[in-house]
Amino acid sequence: MFEELNDLYQQVIMDHSKKPHNFGMLAGANCCARGQNPLCGDQMQIYLKTEDNIVQDLRWEGDGCAIFKASSSLMTDSLKGKTREEVKQLFEEFHALITTGKIVPNHHLGKLEVLSGVNRFPARVKCALLGWRAAMSALEGDQQPVSTE
Amino acid sequence: MNQPPSLSEYRKDFPALHQQVHGHPLIYLDNAATSQKPQVVIDALSRFYQCDNANVHRGIHELSNRASAAFEGTRERAGRFINASHTDEIIFTRGTTESINLVANAWGNQFVKAGDVILLTEMEHHSNIVPWQMLARRTGATLAFLPVTGDDGLLDLSRLDDYLTSKVRLLAFTHISNALGTINPVVELCEQARKRGITTLVDAAQSAGHRRLDVQELGCDFLALSGHKMCGPTGIGLLYGRLDLLETMTPWQGGGDMISSVDYHESTWNKVPHKFEAGTPNIADTIALHTAMDYLDQVGRDRIAEHDLEIGAYAYHQLERLGKVRLFGPRQQRAGLVSFLLHNIHAHDVVTFADQQGVALRGGHHCTQPLMKKLGVSSTSRASFYFYNTTEEVDRMIEVMGGIQKFFGE
Ligand SMILES: Cc1ncc(COP(=O)(O)O)c(C=O)c1O
Repeated sequence: MFEELNDLYQQVIMDHSKKPHNFGMLAGANCCARGQNPLCGDQMQIYLKTEDNIVQDLRWEGDGCAIFKASSSLMTDSLKGKTREEVKQLFEEFHALITTGKIVPNHHLGKLEVLSGVNRFPARVKCALLGWRAAMSALEGDQQPVSTE
Repeated sequence: MNQPPSLSEYRKDFPALHQQVHGHPLIYLDNAATSQKPQVVIDALSRFYQCDNANVHRGIHELSNRASAAFEGTRERAGRFINASHTDEIIFTRGTTESINLVANAWGNQFVKAGDVILLTEMEHHSNIVPWQMLARRTGATLAFLPVTGDDGLLDLSRLDDYLTSKVRLLAFTHISNALGTINPVVELCEQARKRGITTLVDAAQSAGHRRLDVQELGCDFLALSGHKMCGPTGIGLLYGRLDLLETMTPWQGGGDMISSVDYHESTWNKVPHKFEAGTPNIADTIALHTAMDYLDQVGRDRIAEHDLEIGAYAYHQLERLGKVRLFGPRQQRAGLVSFLLHNIHAHDVVTFADQQGVALRGGHHCTQPLMKKLGVSSTSRASFYFYNTTEEVDRMIEVMGGIQKFFGE
């Protein structure tokens, strides 16, 4: 019944949404941020432990749709061990991927590529971005909760 | 006597219903957000701009006379639509939200004092919460909320007496909940309030296009509605206010039309209702609202209410049969909408999947975040019906829900 959605809801995405990685509080976190999607009520909290400009560890908690949960889960896997600059670059590559479907040469997306289908569902872009926006805000030390609106 | 046409025959009047979405026939089940528009309403809009377009209440020329007559004719029609005792009790606004804000300002600023209580219910739309929060901040009044019992979405009327204290100035509540499908007992609530000298406001956004409304029978002091949820255009709605109350209120917006005379340093106000309608009004949409009201009465509001009851109950029952569903709102005597969650599947995913099959649902908090929090959810999926929806469409929706459960392995 849903052939058109097989691309958006790939098995990897379903798996991550049902059993999200790095889920829960992080003891000893030194930056954290809240994110919310006011239109749908999705909420999340992200915790990062950074040392020497490197994301040593990160975890997240929250509730929302499958795309949001899978994207946040995959993001936490891919940010571990990255420097701030690398995180920023990866965010830009990811943002381009899910808003335009474009992949730049020599990219670092790895598993994040499974989310490329999001670009054909404009209403779902903010679901895929919520975790990322919260992570960027935590790294920048913003006090305000981020909002996708 | 001729049999009236079956309600599904009115589908042909709605051009937007006849289209394919993602390769499937559109099944439009987001009527609580906004209804589709019949061709006669679309025609009324373009006819005004093509033939009669002029400003109202100002010119002496023919077109302005026509526009003014049609505009004021809608006020008279709207008065009959809700059985107001005077045409002057109808104030045109952008919709329910603006109507409530008008009361919160023009009535609230004058009559609500520090220490007073504004009583709402736990199932209110943000538009019947936020304006009162703003008024409370301005005046030092506080808000109280009549509780909702739980997933069955009923007001806990056994607590009404405790909540209607001598400090309560206003009781404002929704007739039909857009998030639960609850139909609240307006007559009883207004009567209890009136006995205690408490002013009442009814949010009729979800009921105005779905059943007969008689403000004198309901016994409310104010009533707010939106044209776009009842076959009319967006950007037009109205506030009903009891004439003696409106007379005591001061304007909330200043400008043209609402004055009787202006000096550099002071002005005197126009009469009710004009003193609450500053500036050039939404003329074309107002005139098309007249057509929408005529159209609804031609269909028959009692028939629409009956159809709501049937299709709402049918959808509730079919979802229950489907299983692995959490349903919200009363089991019986519900409005024509169902709010639900498929177990372990988020409402946003449900709505995306349904959309791919041409089924337009709403997923989210439905502008009732405090209620969602109380029920312990962040969102629900909602199917909301109008008289042009059929049980076959409900069956198709249920089939799609079953398909979604299968996809998600539930
Ligand atoms: C119960 C209720 N009240 C108020 C409103 C606000 O109506 P509007 O946005 O037309 O002003 C709505 C519309 O969603 C509603 O369902």
